[in-house]
Amino acid sequence: MDKAIKKSYIINFSAVFLLWLLFYCGQQFGFISNYLIGIIINSCIMIIMATSLNIVAGFLGEMALGHAGLMAIGAYTGAVVSGWLLDAVSLPHIVVLVLASLAGGLLAAGIGALISLPSMRLRGDYLGIVTIGFAEIIRIFFINFEPTGAANGMTGIKRLTTMSNSFWIMAIIVALIFTIGKSRYGRAIMSIREDEIASEASGIPTTKYKVLAFALSSFFAGIGGSLYAHYQGYLDPNKFQFNYSIEMFTIVVLGGLGSVTGSIISAIVLTVLPELLRQFSTYRLLVYSLALIVMMIFRPQGIFGRYEFSLSKFMDEMKDKKKDKQKGSAA
Amino acid sequence: MTETTNKPAVHTGKPVLSAEGVTMRFGGLTAVDNFNLELRPGELVGLIGPNGAGKTTIFNALTGVYVPTEGTVTINGTVINDKKASEVVKIGAARTFQNIRLFKDLTTLENVLIAYDEFIDYNLGQGMFRTKKFWDEEKTAREKCMDLLKIFDLEQYADGKAKNMPYGQQRKLEIARALATNPQVLMLDEPAAGMNPAETDELMKTIEFIRDKFNITILLIEHDMSLVMGICERIVVLDYGRTIAEGLPDEISHNPDVIKAYLGE
Repeated sequence: MDKAIKKSYIINFSAVFLLWLLFYCGQQFGFISNYLIGIIINSCIMIIMATSLNIVAGFLGEMALGHAGLMAIGAYTGAVVSGWLLDAVSLPHIVVLVLASLAGGLLAAGIGALISLPSMRLRGDYLGIVTIGFAEIIRIFFINFEPTGAANGMTGIKRLTTMSNSFWIMAIIVALIFTIGKSRYGRAIMSIREDEIASEASGIPTTKYKVLAFALSSFFAGIGGSLYAHYQGYLDPNKFQFNYSIEMFTIVVLGGLGSVTGSIISAIVLTVLPELLRQFSTYRLLVYSLALIVMMIFRPQGIFGRYEFSLSKFMDEMKDKKKDKQKGSAA
Repeated sequence: MTETTNKPAVHTGKPVLSAEGVTMRFGGLTAVDNFNLELRPGELVGLIGPNGAGKTTIFNALTGVYVPTEGTVTINGTVINDKKASEVVKIGAARTFQNIRLFKDLTTLENVLIAYDEFIDYNLGQGMFRTKKFWDEEKTAREKCMDLLKIFDLEQYADGKAKNMPYGQQRKLEIARALATNPQVLMLDEPAAGMNPAETDELMKTIEFIRDKFNITILLIEHDMSLVMGICERIVVLDYGRTIAEGLPDEISHNPDVIKAYLGE
């Protein structure tokens, strides 16, 4: 690991830490209202959902329209596991939340790997339809599954998700997705997006990497779902409808397919925007669709395209500019 | 000329690739009929024939893209009939494509790194959490791939997107990518397609150079006669899926069947 990389780690970590400190102090001293804290938590969950969807939609380049279904699996599994844990043993709340989320993530990863099997034969819009089907099966399963409250929804979930823990779990997940993207696994997955035949001819076992991409994406989606369950304290199976999957897909497309930073920005914007537009809530979908249409006309690759924003690079560039200016004024 | 005619005698030893009675049928159409080929270590063999003769179909059968309807393909002593293309690469046969298939939106270096993947040794956890192993392995892999790019004079493009390179360089990158899998047999599907004479000339030199440098066997499909006649030691001519002639470049260029296939009667 060379110096430049270490430096960029430190810069990024400090930036994230400062942001958290701002939120934390705001909450403690009361200049950030509970309403705003709620928006922050929702943004964190949405960021997890969008960046995880980006693994399949952006890195692998497949249309995955069933992300809400995977979130539902994580949500219900997490809620059930945390219920057991709280009854059986007395652990700190954060440990319970992490264990429950990991359980939710793992089960979602298993189901996600299963969903990926049709993707061996199907691509593009055909695969999109299959993933919708899977997500609907999951939703309808939970509507009819008595132990988790069936259509009445699941109640009595301990509200373990706080601003701090959702923020840090989000930060870790984003960092992990980023490092996966920059590793041999990310490269292999992206090569399938670029050209599947060439990828296979370069010795990449494409089947294995497709399953991996779906499983990873679902794993993080499951964690996001679990955070959601422990934030709401109540699960309505109809929350995980097709519309919700589309909403996530919209976020990823708007941010730029394949750009993790793009997904983050877009997730924040599309979580905060509806809150700002609350008095026009009837027109919300209208604004959404308009934003998409305008986007597709003027910037079809999304806000960021495949570009990744890097804080350390940005700072280096600013420094260079400053130097240039000084040189300019000296000359 | 004498040098060319002497060369084939040098290549002895167990064949690295052999195709025995390979037949490919698509429904009622027989694209390739009873194709036989043996490649010995270090050989440079050309596969020529008019359009639609079945050259690319043979390539696909030899690299695991198609499963031959009849016959067997053996590479390095392993029958590859039921193997997937990615497994065939690991057995030791790499290929390029007639219409360039690069990972266009990835960088030139990443293109080669993807093909080098087999030799990078860290697992998902190590990659996710960036352990020391990750950094070490990535560093060596990047150095190895940069060396390969240098051989092809592509190092100045390393961090640019593959699609932004000039056409001739893209062809070269495809060869570099195939070589990154460390093959014993390299199959080039029309490497000179779309190149001007100067570029073709340079390509000829590159092909001979990599054959000697990496000590590999090369099978080449080509339309460009000057390229084929210039560097191939042995030529196989196909027409309508059948092998109509096989021999030294000199013999081939005077073979009446070949002239008939190319020029008509």
